[in-house]
Amino acid sequence: MSDLRELYQQVILDHNKNPRNYREMPEAARKVEGYNPLCGDHYTVFVDLDADVIRDVSFTGSGCAISKASASVMSSTVKGKTTEEAQQLFEVFHRLVMGDQGGLSANELGRLAAFSGVSEFPARVKCATLAWHTLNTAIKGEEQVVTTE
Amino acid sequence: MSVATVNGERQTANAYDVARIREDFPILHRTVRGKPLIYLDNAATTQKPNAVIDRIVRYYREENSNVHRGVHYLSEVATAAYEGARTTVKRFLNARDEKEIVFTRGTTEAINLVASSWGGNNVREGDEVLISALEHHSNIVPWQLLCDSKGAKLRIIPVDDAGDLLLDEYEKLLTPRTRIVAVGHASNALGTINPIKRMIAMAHANGSLVLIDGAQGVPHLRVDVRDLDCDFYAFSGHKVYGPTGIGALYAKQELLEAMPPYQGGGDMILSVSFEKTTYNALPYKFEAGTPNIEGVVGLAAALDYVASLGLENIAAHEQDLLHYATACLGEIDGLHFIGTAKEKASVISFTLEGVHPHDIGTILDQEGIAVRTGHHCAQPLMMRYKVPATGRASFGLYNTREEADALVAGLRKVVEVFS
Repeated sequence: MSDLRELYQQVILDHNKNPRNYREMPEAARKVEGYNPLCGDHYTVFVDLDADVIRDVSFTGSGCAISKASASVMSSTVKGKTTEEAQQLFEVFHRLVMGDQGGLSANELGRLAAFSGVSEFPARVKCATLAWHTLNTAIKGEEQVVTTE
Repeated sequence: MSVATVNGERQTANAYDVARIREDFPILHRTVRGKPLIYLDNAATTQKPNAVIDRIVRYYREENSNVHRGVHYLSEVATAAYEGARTTVKRFLNARDEKEIVFTRGTTEAINLVASSWGGNNVREGDEVLISALEHHSNIVPWQLLCDSKGAKLRIIPVDDAGDLLLDEYEKLLTPRTRIVAVGHASNALGTINPIKRMIAMAHANGSLVLIDGAQGVPHLRVDVRDLDCDFYAFSGHKVYGPTGIGALYAKQELLEAMPPYQGGGDMILSVSFEKTTYNALPYKFEAGTPNIEGVVGLAAALDYVASLGLENIAAHEQDLLHYATACLGEIDGLHFIGTAKEKASVISFTLEGVHPHDIGTILDQEGIAVRTGHHCAQPLMMRYKVPATGRASFGLYNTREEADALVAGLRKVVEVFS
């Protein structure tokens, strides 16, 4: 049960049940779909940019608790950040779910720290990073559909 | 269940001793994450008995050689094993002749062979290919490819809320343009056993051929291709306790004779010159290249093993597990069954309110319980039931009621984590 509690930390369960920024943003500058064909997780990430500042970010879609909580935490973490800062956060997050805290304390990681348990579950890394990959694509203004395969 | 005498009950118990049968499967004795393995993902692939593992080892240790080629001793031994396996498959399906059994990589390749070779010759613009809403992607995509290349139409037999095909609709969908009906014997996602004998008769009355995707049929049901009168029947070895990468296509001889080769290469020819190649006789015309010999002998060992337990005994055991597990799972609040057809193979698809199937899968895995979660390679079917994915427990010949109890306990833990 201890590993499970590591994975399904309270922050994750809370964000899964009450996802933040879970809404469409029809006026958003960028809109990208993220899809994991293996498990069917499917999200749309909306990004409203003011030059290189992420003025607002939201998402819709469905998937497992890890993917939904990750999208929710991501949306509240990157709001107000520059696109470069958001990309750096993605790198930090990606390393974290691969088991590398990068020397950062739980405090420095903030809410992202809730995902440290994912590294013990390699099959779930894709769930945790789906929304981030999608955001990254939206920021770069690349293709409109991302898959994690 | 009928009332049996004490003697009768004892006889049944002796005929199917699951504890003894489990001894035949070495993997069932390992632990996973510190817990005894509870393997409930048999619709994805089954575990292998010693009879299969040892047969493959013996082939490599004592018999390995190429088939249909050498005059030397080992080549004769390997060829005899390979062709003996064809006879085993023929008997298992009750086919008329060995010529009607083509070894393939599995069900998928068998269906692709028919769609490409038979379909290429017989399906024309405006024709129709009829499949069902229950199909696995492997019985959808090959027909889509065929229809796209020919300008033919893919039509779909709908399914009701329980997971039964709507036979009235099926009848209406059979038209003079229907060249072939391709339908699963049993659904991998919902467990529905389709009334294929009746469906085959209806198709034949309409002048259409029928292919049965038997990937989920062969492990659970006695298959008699002559009684069914199907034109094609495809199945995979690994779903019936045999190796991966091997399967077989049964096809009526007159159909195979008229069909062009699927792939070119060695073994499928009689003579080759740069001007003209003469194809080999059946079934070799459809077996280009050195075949999967270890797979073929392993498949035969698996079919012999299953036959030794008795298909009726296996079916009775699995039906008992299906009904027992269904009753126990039904007591979990918020659990919904997807697929409640009248006749089902031992497959239970379900959702749990407020919990995504992948989270269910991860938590059960911590308990050593292997179930499948996802769309089960049947995305159109998932859309039909408006679920992105389901959890699926599928029972095999070695599973027990205690394992069903463990599944229920595991799911209660899932509910606890997410409460």
